[in-house]
Amino acid sequence: MKRALYFLPLLVFAVLAGYFYVGLGMDPRTLPNMLEGKPVPAFDLAPIKGRERGFANTDLLGQVTLVNVFGSWCIACQAEHPFLMRIKEAGWVPIYGIDWRERDPDAGPLWLRKWGDPYTVVGDDPKSHAAIAFGVTGAPETFLVDKQGVVRYKQVGPITPEVWEGTLWPLIQELRK
Amino acid sequence: MIIEIGHFALVLALFVAVVQAAVPMAGAQRGDAAWMAVARPAALAQFLLVAVAFGCLTHAFVTSDFSVLNVAQNSHSTKPMLYKVSGVWGNHEGSMLLWVLILAVFGCAVALFGRNLPPGLRSRALAIQGLISVGFLLFILFTSNPFARLLPAARDGQGLNPLLQDPGLAFHPPFLYLGYVGFSMAFSFAIAALIEGRVDAAWARWVRPWTLAAWSFLTVGIGLGSWWAYYELGWGGFWFWDPVENASFMPWLAGTALLHSSIVVEKRDTMKAWTVFLAIVAFSLSLLGTFLVRSGVLTSVHAFATDPKRGVFILILLIIVIGGSLALFAWRGPQLKSTGLFQPVSREGALLLNNLMMTVGTAVVLLGTLYPLFTDAMTGGQSKVSVGAPFYNAVFVPLMIPMIAAMAVGPMLSWKRGDLGAALTRLWLACAAAAVAVAVTWLVQTGGSVLGLIGVLFAAWLAVGTLVELAERVRLFRAPAGESLRRLARLPRAAWGMTLAHFGLAVVVAGITGAGVWKVESIQAMKPGDSVDVAGYTYTFHGAQEHQGPNYSALRGKFTVSRGGEPVVDLWPEKRVYTVRAMPTTEAAIHPTFWGDLYAVVGDAQPGGSFVTRLYFNPLVGWMWAGGLIMVLGGVLSLSDRRYRVGAPTRRRVPAGAAARA
Repeated sequence: MKRALYFLPLLVFAVLAGYFYVGLGMDPRTLPNMLEGKPVPAFDLAPIKGRERGFANTDLLGQVTLVNVFGSWCIACQAEHPFLMRIKEAGWVPIYGIDWRERDPDAGPLWLRKWGDPYTVVGDDPKSHAAIAFGVTGAPETFLVDKQGVVRYKQVGPITPEVWEGTLWPLIQELRK
Repeated sequence: MIIEIGHFALVLALFVAVVQAAVPMAGAQRGDAAWMAVARPAALAQFLLVAVAFGCLTHAFVTSDFSVLNVAQNSHSTKPMLYKVSGVWGNHEGSMLLWVLILAVFGCAVALFGRNLPPGLRSRALAIQGLISVGFLLFILFTSNPFARLLPAARDGQGLNPLLQDPGLAFHPPFLYLGYVGFSMAFSFAIAALIEGRVDAAWARWVRPWTLAAWSFLTVGIGLGSWWAYYELGWGGFWFWDPVENASFMPWLAGTALLHSSIVVEKRDTMKAWTVFLAIVAFSLSLLGTFLVRSGVLTSVHAFATDPKRGVFILILLIIVIGGSLALFAWRGPQLKSTGLFQPVSREGALLLNNLMMTVGTAVVLLGTLYPLFTDAMTGGQSKVSVGAPFYNAVFVPLMIPMIAAMAVGPMLSWKRGDLGAALTRLWLACAAAAVAVAVTWLVQTGGSVLGLIGVLFAAWLAVGTLVELAERVRLFRAPAGESLRRLARLPRAAWGMTLAHFGLAVVVAGITGAGVWKVESIQAMKPGDSVDVAGYTYTFHGAQEHQGPNYSALRGKFTVSRGGEPVVDLWPEKRVYTVRAMPTTEAAIHPTFWGDLYAVVGDAQPGGSFVTRLYFNPLVGWMWAGGLIMVLGGVLSLSDRRYRVGAPTRRRVPAGAAARA
């Protein structure tokens, strides 16, 4: 029995080595996206304070859209924001917003008044109902949705001019055909 | 031409390593003194050849020889000289070469200073070192050759990752590697002991200085790394439980356990197999650290080389080294008989508790670090769940509480059978100090957090407990002052080392508690002229200007900080964009004070002329690094103790200090 104890470390290491071998075959850089190629989950969010129109998954049908998850608490969203404004001003693609995890219902509307509102419609998601359905891991995150309401691409982190030029814009043009 | 010499030297080093691995080992098995004697010149030659190779690569970096692929990819002619040199190991190939160089340095040190080691043990240990060297040299030459040419030569280099262009990070990897590779010595001695089937007090004395040196280096490396993260990443945090950080923390925990268990082997002739096991674990975790960073098995914010092909090679290397040594341990370990008996309440009992907590801690970090790998493999790559700070905090705090509580008591207990009651009575002062510290904290702290109180409680307990132990040793206030002073002067350096290291940990605990629990943070958009109050300090923003550095352009903000109307300091945080790689980095402006750091970060410009700013007050954060330094000082002092000095393995009579404490 005592002898068996001396074999335990070897056994543990053998199991670890097996996992390492499996792990080597995986690309560490890609975050998995279970949604890509699947329809947008069903959700129906209330409007943010002071507005009338809420945001539901059915709003996305019939056009290519971006769904952008943001929050007034999120610094990276502020970094991304000027470029979203540019997209809106140029009319490249409609952006739908999900205002995520606001503790104060006034914070989101205030943020949009202060910096500008790039969104066609904004839904309020303080309890992460839509965010969980989308599998959001952090903000900002943006989903590219086609005319049939199917998620085609997920951008983790801010949309930068490079991401736009290199990935999103070509994809959008492709999906519009 | 020089680069070819380097390449050639490295190939030669491989052949010498093969000889170093094979001949002395065979000699030791056959009892052939001439064959065993090969170990020494082989280790010296190995060191010289690797040093030549390393020198050649350094030459290429310093002279910006862009006909070398590695230099072209990682350096740039406009880079300051410091970063040209640190660029040698700022990339995968060069860092592996540094690894092997350090390995050769340690091997060389054994060959030079290990003359009075038993010849069998010395030649076996050097042979194991040679074997490790063979593995790594093969890896470098076949998968990561730093001497590959680039033809035609590049006009200029691509520049070093700007995050790495920092003095803290320039010296972080060498120290880390000195620590990692240092554990290879304990490992080689452990394997040699397993082959010989014998572990005794002399063996423990031999392993101790190497372990202590590795531990001290690793402590410096981890400290530098967290300091870098603190001022460079710009989040006011210092430890993120990132896989790369964990990779350095695990060998540290195992190495700390090894340091303590080897004392038990020396003094009480017990815990032998366990100590050998810890030596294997500490080095295995060091290798794993190298592996985790290099192969991309786990992702991380600063893994700077990810390549599965190399990963397969390293995995095979790991299986041979770790799997092989653990198999040897399973086979020969049971033969290492311990003679000492164990009483739970005794010095060795306390050291066992330390080992238990350290090992569980190591296992917890390992599990947390590898957890994403497990879930990933289970779900076929569909779930990249990572384990974050809440997990580690929830597990680590409860683990550290009994350990720190026992840390003050343990040194007061005698070997074999201690008197817990007497030890606790003598620690009344520590109890009182802890109570006072908690009471003061309770009064001062706003938004009372229990965690803060616990941290202060144990920091004070450990700090004062350690000092009480020192006072007991020199019979302060019991013997005449002259007698106490004489005892103090005669105290062995190893005893000073323990006192300093334990005291340093108390300071670290205080620092972590302060920065972790009472951090004040304020994130906002500010226009020039705006003021914000953070932790009693008023920060006035004066706008941000473009500013040109040697190889970057920067946005530099200015804050004036005042307290109660009195000016305190001007802060100049920067946001840099390095011209070659167009990668932005944050340069936080930090004003350290005794009670905490003022910390300011300037972010992007916003429409309307305002800037995002992040302002922090990080209480006691500097204590953490100060405490780390004290711990290292303890390690170095203990290392200089003549009883443990490398080359003095003979058993002396019980020294004066040890007699005084009994």
